[in-house]
Amino acid sequence: MSEKPKVAFYWCSSCGGCEESIIDLAEDILKVVEAVDIVFWPVAIDIKKKDVEAMPDGSIAVTFINGAIRMSEQAEMVKMLRRKSGLIVAHGSCSHLGGIPGLGNFWNKETIFNRSYHTTPSTENPDGTVPLESVIVEGEEMTLPAFWDTVKTLDQVIDVDYYLPGCAPPRDLILNALGAILEGKLPPKGSVLSPNKSLCDDCDRNESKPEKLEMLEIKRPWEILADPEICFLAQGIICMGPATRTGCGERCIIANMPCRGCFGPTDQVYDQGAKFLAALGSIIETNDEKEIEKIVDTIVDPAGTFYRFSLPSSILRRRRMEAIK
Amino acid sequence: MNNESFEPKIVGFLCNWCSYTGADLAGTARMVYAPNVRIIRVMCSGRVDPQFVLKAFSEGADGVLISGCHPGDCHYQEGNYKTLRRYKLLNKVLEQFGIEEDRFRLEWVSAAEGAKFQHICNEFTDQVRELGPLNLNGGNQ
Amino acid sequence: MMVNIVIDGKKLEVEESTTILQAAQQLDINIPSLCYHPVLEPYAACRVCVVEVLVKGKTDVVTSCNNKVQEGMEIQTASERALRARKLNVEMLMARAPAAEPLKEIAKDLGIEKTRFEIEDPDEKCILCGLCVRACQDVVGAEAISFVERGKNRFVSPPYGEPSEACIGCTACAYFCPTDCITYEDIKGRKVIHSELHLGPETAIRVPIHQAVPMVPFIDEETCIHFKTGECKICAQVCPKDAVDHDQQDEILDLEVGSVILATGYKQFDASRIAPYGYGHLDNVLNGLEFERLVNASGPTGGKVKCANGEEPKAVGIVHCVGSRDENYNEYCSRVCCMYSLKFAHLLNEKTDAVVYDFYIDMRCFGKGYEEFYHRLLEEGTKFIRGRVSEITEVPLTPEEEGRLIIRVEDTLLGALRRIPVDMVILATGLEPSVDHNKIAKTFNISCTQDTFFLERHPKLAPASTFSDGIFLAGCCQSPKDIPDTVGQAGAAAAEALALADKGTFELEPITAVIDEDLCSGCQMCVNLCPFTAITYNKEKGISEINDALCKGCGTCVAACPSSASHQKHYRDEQIFAEIEGMLIE
Repeated sequence: MSEKPKVAFYWCSSCGGCEESIIDLAEDILKVVEAVDIVFWPVAIDIKKKDVEAMPDGSIAVTFINGAIRMSEQAEMVKMLRRKSGLIVAHGSCSHLGGIPGLGNFWNKETIFNRSYHTTPSTENPDGTVPLESVIVEGEEMTLPAFWDTVKTLDQVIDVDYYLPGCAPPRDLILNALGAILEGKLPPKGSVLSPNKSLCDDCDRNESKPEKLEMLEIKRPWEILADPEICFLAQGIICMGPATRTGCGERCIIANMPCRGCFGPTDQVYDQGAKFLAALGSIIETNDEKEIEKIVDTIVDPAGTFYRFSLPSSILRRRRMEAIK
Repeated sequence: MNNESFEPKIVGFLCNWCSYTGADLAGTARMVYAPNVRIIRVMCSGRVDPQFVLKAFSEGADGVLISGCHPGDCHYQEGNYKTLRRYKLLNKVLEQFGIEEDRFRLEWVSAAEGAKFQHICNEFTDQVRELGPLNLNGGNQ
Repeated sequence: MMVNIVIDGKKLEVEESTTILQAAQQLDINIPSLCYHPVLEPYAACRVCVVEVLVKGKTDVVTSCNNKVQEGMEIQTASERALRARKLNVEMLMARAPAAEPLKEIAKDLGIEKTRFEIEDPDEKCILCGLCVRACQDVVGAEAISFVERGKNRFVSPPYGEPSEACIGCTACAYFCPTDCITYEDIKGRKVIHSELHLGPETAIRVPIHQAVPMVPFIDEETCIHFKTGECKICAQVCPKDAVDHDQQDEILDLEVGSVILATGYKQFDASRIAPYGYGHLDNVLNGLEFERLVNASGPTGGKVKCANGEEPKAVGIVHCVGSRDENYNEYCSRVCCMYSLKFAHLLNEKTDAVVYDFYIDMRCFGKGYEEFYHRLLEEGTKFIRGRVSEITEVPLTPEEEGRLIIRVEDTLLGALRRIPVDMVILATGLEPSVDHNKIAKTFNISCTQDTFFLERHPKLAPASTFSDGIFLAGCCQSPKDIPDTVGQAGAAAAEALALADKGTFELEPITAVIDEDLCSGCQMCVNLCPFTAITYNKEKGISEINDALCKGCGTCVAACPSSASHQKHYRDEQIFAEIEGMLIE
C-alpha cells in the first residue's frame, strides 16, 4: 500500500451540500486524490462500516464530518471515526454549529414526527405509521436508529480538532485546510479555519454605512429591491454580517442577499444570535416603549433569524422541552 | 416538587449607580426581602449583554432581573434606553425558546428606591415561584 | 457762545442755543406748558408757555418753548401782557378740551373759572398738541397715527380710524400724551398693583432684579422700540454718561475651565396651577415672592402692606405647602416655606394690625433658632390653624364676608370645617427645579433624582459633587434649601473645585471600554451608541476606536458589539460569565 495519508469523509444530518463542496474543488480534487488516499466516503465510495471498524485506531489521518448529529446511529459512527482518526474536522455549518437541521431544536421528536408523518399537506398516511426504534415483523425484531429530541453539533458528541465553517464551506477554505494538514502547518487545536473577524471587515458595502445606523422598520429581503451598493442594515434588512465570521468571500452579499450567518460567530463570542440581537436591538431608533415594541414586531421569527445556523451551539441550545405542546 | 416549597433562583443584574445603590439602601434600611435574587453588579444596565441573560438561564436561573436607572436618569445618559430596546427584542426571542415573559424582568430602581427594590424582589420571586422551576434540560439526549 | 439774559429780574449766562423755557428752568422759574417734552423738538402747539420779551428795544409776546435766547434779552414770564395772552390761549383750549386735567390745573393757577367760549364736547381731553403724532413719527418711527381733517374738526387717528398695521403697540403715544387722552388696555390681564413681577408693562431698558449684580440696566430687545423701528433711542439721549449703546452685541465666550459649579437655582411653583386658590384672578392672593417684594422697603409701596384697593388688610391668611407635599404637584417638602411663612407672619405683626392666620400641615422648623422663632410667633398672637386649605373664594355667605376673601379649611385640630374671611392671602409657594434643568443635566452629563433636582454623588458623603468629575452642585438646583444650607454647600463646592485645581491632575475613569484592533471588523454598530462620542470609526484602519479620555465606561457598546471585539475593563464577558456560574452553583 502507498504511504499517502489516509482521508475519510462522512455525513450526518446534512443536505449533501458539503459533499458537493468537495466535488466543487473540480480539477483540484485530482491533486487531492494524488496527495491522499480516500479510505471512506459513503457518498462516493462503497466502503462499509465494518471495513472502517477493521482499520486500526488512529490510522486515518483526517476525517471530514459534515452534518449535525440528531440520531443515535450518527453518534455511533462519529465516535468510531474519532477513534480511527488522527484529526477530526467539522466540515460545514451543520457539524460546526448545528446548521439548518439545528432549527429542529425549536421542536422535539414528537412534534417533528407529527408534522412529517401526519400534518404536512403532502402526507398520506391513513394508518398513521411512524418510524419506531424497534418493531417485530414475523417474529424478527427490526430496529431503526433513535431519533433525538435535540440536534447536536459534532463537538457536543466527540472531540473536534478543527472547524471548516460555511454552508457549504467555500472551495478556498477547504483547499487551504487540506494544504495545512498535508504540510503539517496547523493552527492550535479547536481553531475555526477562517479569519477571526466579522464579515463587515471584508464587505464592500461596509463603507456605505451611514453616519448613524438606525433601525426604524425591519424589512425582509423580498419586500424591497435592495440597492446593491448599500449596507443591508442601512436599508432595514437584517444582515447577520456584523455577528458572523468572515472568510466566505461574501457570496451572498455579491448576489445581493444579506448574510444569514452560516459561518457562525467569531472566537470570542459565546452566542451568535444573542450578540446579533444585542447589536440590532441597540440601534432601534426610539426610546418610546410602544414604538420599540412596534419595531420589534416587524421582525418575523427573530429567534429563527438570529439562530438560523447556530441554534444547537447557542447557550440555550434548544427550546425548553416543557414549553413544546 | 410543589411550587410552595420551590425556591427559585433569580439572577439580578443591577446598575452601579441607581439600582445597586437602591438595593444597598434597602439593606442599610434593614428591609427584609426575598433572598432569591442573586445580584451581579454592572456599571450600567446597558452593559447587560443578552448573552448574560441566556447564560444565567442555562446555568439554572429560574428568573432574570435587569434593573437600571429610571429613564432620563441614567448616569451614562441613555444606557438604560439601549437596555430597554434589547430587552423588548430579547423577550420575544426568549418566548421562542419557551422561556415565559414573566421570568425575565426589566425594572427601573433609583438610588432612593430601596423600598421599591424590596417590593420587586418579593413580587418577582413570588411570580417565578408560581411558574415553577425552569427545568431547561429536559428531553432525551 | 454764551449770552447774557435777564428773566424776571434775575441775571443768567447761558448757551445761545438754549430756549427761553430751558433758561427759565435753570432759574427754577416755572413757565406752564402742556405740549413741551424734553425729548421732542419744541412745536409750540399749546401756546400756554407764552412770555413777554424785550430785545433790542422791542417788546414782543412769544412762545418760550421754541424761541431761543439772545444777547441782552429781558424776559418777563408773568407780565400782564404775557398773562393776558396765556389766559386767552388757555380759555380757548378749555373750550376745546374741557376734561383735560392738567389744563384745568393751569387754569386754576391763572384764576380762570370758566371759559368764555362755547364748549362743544364736555368730555374731550385732546388739546391737539400733536405730541403723540410726533412721538409716533420721530421717536418710534412707526407713523401709525396722524392728524385728520382741519380746523375745529381736527382729531388724531390712525388712517380711516381702523387699527393700523403700522402700530407696534409700544404705547409711546399714551406715554407722551399730557392730558391722558390716549389710554391702552392692560394686555397682561392680571390686575395686581403691588407685584414687582406683574407691575404692568415694563420699560424696555431696566435693571432685571433689585439684587442684580452688576446693578446695571439692560435693554430688552423684544420690547425695545429701537429694535423694532430703528428710531427712539431716548434712553441714550437722556443718559448723562453716554452709557447706552444700542449696537452692543451679545457675546458668547468659550472658556476653558477645570471644573464647573452648578448653582442654577430653582423655579417658584406656579400657584395658578392650583385653581381653587384663585391665584392669578383674585387680586389679593399673592405668592411668596410677590409678598416679599410688597413688604420690601424699596418695593412699590415703600414696604407698606396694602391690598389692591390701597387699604391695609385687617386679616391676612398664609397658606403653607402650596405645590409641596402634595401628590398632585410635588411630593417633596420645599423646606424653606415654613420659615419664610413665619417671617411673613412676623413682618405682618410688626407692620400692621392685621390678624394673621397661618394654615399649615406640619410646622417644620428644622434649623438653628427656628423653633424659637416659631414660639415667638405663637407669643405674638399669630393664629395657627392645622389643615390644608381647600379653597379661597370671593363668594360670601354672610354679610361680614362681603367683599373679602374667604379661606375654606378643615381645622384638623378642631375637627371642623371653617370659613375664615381675610383681606389678603399669601401662598407659601414651593420650589421646583429651574425651567431648563433637563438641558443643563444633559449638558453637564449629570443625573436627576426622581423629583428632578440634580443628583449628588452621595447624599451624605459627597453632597456637593456629582457623578461627573469636576462638576459640583450648590444650592437649590440640588434640592430645596434655605440660605444657610446653600451657603454651606456652595462653600463645599468651591473648596472641592479648588482642591481639584490645586491637585492639577485629573483621575480618569479606570473602567473604560477597549476595542481590540485585531478583532474589530469596523461594522460601526457601536459608534452611535456612545452618548459621550468616545467612539469614532477610523476609515483608514477600517476599525472603530475608543477615546479613553471621553469614555465613561458604561459598557453599552461592549454589550452591543456583535463580534465581542470590544471589552470593558474589570467587567469582561469572561468575568461576568464566571460570576453567573459561581452564583448558580448548586
